[in-house]
Amino acid sequence: MMDRIKELAKSFGLPRLIIAGFLMALFIISPFAGLSITAAITDVAGRFGQNALMVLAMVPMIHSGCGLNFGLPLGIIAGLLGATLAIETGIGGPVSFLLAMLYSTPFAIIFGWGYGKLLNRVKGSEMMIATYVGFSSVAFMSIMWLILPYSSPTMVWGYTGQGLRTTISTEGFYYHILRDTLAIRIGSLQISIAEILFFALFAFIIWAFLHTKTGTAMTAVGSNAVFARASGINIDKQRTLSVIMSTWLGAIGILCYQQGYGFVQLYQGPMYMAMPAVSAILIGGASVNKASITNVIIGTILYQGIVSMTPSVMNSLIHTDMSEVLRIIVSNGMILYALTRKSGASR
Amino acid sequence: MRKELNAAAVRKFAANNIVPIIFIVLCAVCIPIAGYSGTYLVDQIITRIVRNSFLVLSLLIPIMAGMGLNFGMTLGAMAGQIGIIFITAWNVVSIPGLLLAAIIATPIAVLLGWFCGKMLNMARGREMITSYMISFFMNGVYQLVVLYGMGPVIPLSSDQVILPRGYGVRNTIDLLNVRKSIDNFWSIKLFADENGAGGITIPFLTIILIALLCIVIIWFRKTKIGQDMRAVGQDMEVAREAGIKVERTRILAIVISTVFAAYGMIIYLSNMGTLNTYNSHSQIGMFSIAALLVGGASVSKASIKNVFLGIILFHLMFILTPQAGKNLIGQAQIGEFFRVFVSYGVITLALVLYEIRTRREKAESARNLALSQEATA
Repeated sequence: MMDRIKELAKSFGLPRLIIAGFLMALFIISPFAGLSITAAITDVAGRFGQNALMVLAMVPMIHSGCGLNFGLPLGIIAGLLGATLAIETGIGGPVSFLLAMLYSTPFAIIFGWGYGKLLNRVKGSEMMIATYVGFSSVAFMSIMWLILPYSSPTMVWGYTGQGLRTTISTEGFYYHILRDTLAIRIGSLQISIAEILFFALFAFIIWAFLHTKTGTAMTAVGSNAVFARASGINIDKQRTLSVIMSTWLGAIGILCYQQGYGFVQLYQGPMYMAMPAVSAILIGGASVNKASITNVIIGTILYQGIVSMTPSVMNSLIHTDMSEVLRIIVSNGMILYALTRKSGASR
Repeated sequence: MRKELNAAAVRKFAANNIVPIIFIVLCAVCIPIAGYSGTYLVDQIITRIVRNSFLVLSLLIPIMAGMGLNFGMTLGAMAGQIGIIFITAWNVVSIPGLLLAAIIATPIAVLLGWFCGKMLNMARGREMITSYMISFFMNGVYQLVVLYGMGPVIPLSSDQVILPRGYGVRNTIDLLNVRKSIDNFWSIKLFADENGAGGITIPFLTIILIALLCIVIIWFRKTKIGQDMRAVGQDMEVAREAGIKVERTRILAIVISTVFAAYGMIIYLSNMGTLNTYNSHSQIGMFSIAALLVGGASVSKASIKNVFLGIILFHLMFILTPQAGKNLIGQAQIGEFFRVFVSYGVITLALVLYEIRTRREKAESARNLALSQEATA
């Protein structure tokens, strides 16, 4: 019996088990702390819809052996360009969301292509370089947001008429465009079906893609590059393709985030956005060279669950808000764990 | 024939030193635009050298041991900050205060360095990203200790340091007690006007401390343990065959680096005169690494020359760009963003160039090996 439990714990992963247990405990405690469970579930569901796509953006690159996509901010920037261009047109409503997706796509493809080419030249230390590609692109775009000739009054600083605001409201454009569509409302419980369907659509596309011939080739490159080359797969091409996909998913992911969150965050906003996504997929049981859609779903629920539950529970129990600090420790600790694991170190 | 050789040599030199060359050009362009006086710039650069070089020098030893850029130097900076927080709360002034801060920081830095070294031994081949994540992780632990622990758990009661709510350390602490106490201990001023304003200040004691560290590093390279580190840096497996305790040597390299970083941070803070409790350490990590790379260092090779050239060029750019941006476009903000971009961009560029160069060298040596084998066959 003990052995079977141990086996189960091993297959599920000890850190994942601890975090899942912790989240369960939070849910059990919360009614005693005077918090409503339904509100908590609503919150977690909303955060899931907002963030899941950015976590999904990790999957293609992990599959092709490029490691964790610390360069997610690059994809986010493509999304931000799409978002600002869509708002610039002044067309409101659901169309603006489609426009934003449409506009961000060419940027994502171009950025992803260049980023992929770069990563092909630095095989073996992709993650470090990806981190700094992300940082430098955010810093570079900070300059661009100031000098690009945007003119829409909703986005530009009022008194100078030049340079974009640090946060732009999506109100009147695509604010809650998915969140409020097809929402199930029972009392204070609200779960948005459209948001989840939107994620499910992309998750299905990625899942289906990974089972096509090209997708299998991509996985082969990631799991054994020498074998892949021997079977006539163009390694660099597969890797570049995976990077383009990851970058594009990052762009769509940030748009989905903005519609739920309500704001477009420019300048230093995207700087550290890769860390929560990386950490979420690792909590979901992925490793540096292996990830699945299930990892994405479980990871996002666990990570966002903890992020949203800890502050409220802690606040009502001990009247101090250490949640931000705990979040830093848990999420970075998770990344550290994955990096130092033996099986992960094989590549 | 000779001319061709020269051209090739120049090209090779340029390719190997592209980062410093870019910076020299950048600074040369910015100096006239910013329009600062020569004395002001020299004074500023001397200030920056004494402020930062101890920190940047602390990066050299892990590079020697083949562990790349030690992003974990922030751990040392945290230890130094904790020391400074204590002495400010206890009101220990001037040089004795700084010495006490160093004494408090040493065991913390050793412990953190040991932890970091242990982790890096588990993540061989990706030391840099791991040390980077360790600095993030430890930043969380540091915040937990400083923001929640100090007051109730670690007894500290000083209005200057602790927040009005009774626990946690303030966002910024004024270090009036120790401000410039090393620098002013023995310094001279050149070219100042009658009122003593302007001019160039040369703080001798700090310069002596830095020179001492340089000598220690040069000496250290020649000792047994220094030789071991270089051997480990060259090839871990060969070193192990030769009977060197690889794991221990690597941990030692990180511990030494962390302790030096702690001392460096204490010198830095005393020169700055204010402590940004929750920002100083992470900023200093990035700037020190960027400065070292600007000086022409790479992931596997760095010398004392790189440290000083790097600090001069990097900080010259730092001083110039906001003013240049203001004069050029009318917005100092652009200059600020520009220097953040340059700091990150330089690290990216240096890492990418290093990777490309190592791959090329590997391919070349493989080709040479194939050729020589063909010749013998």
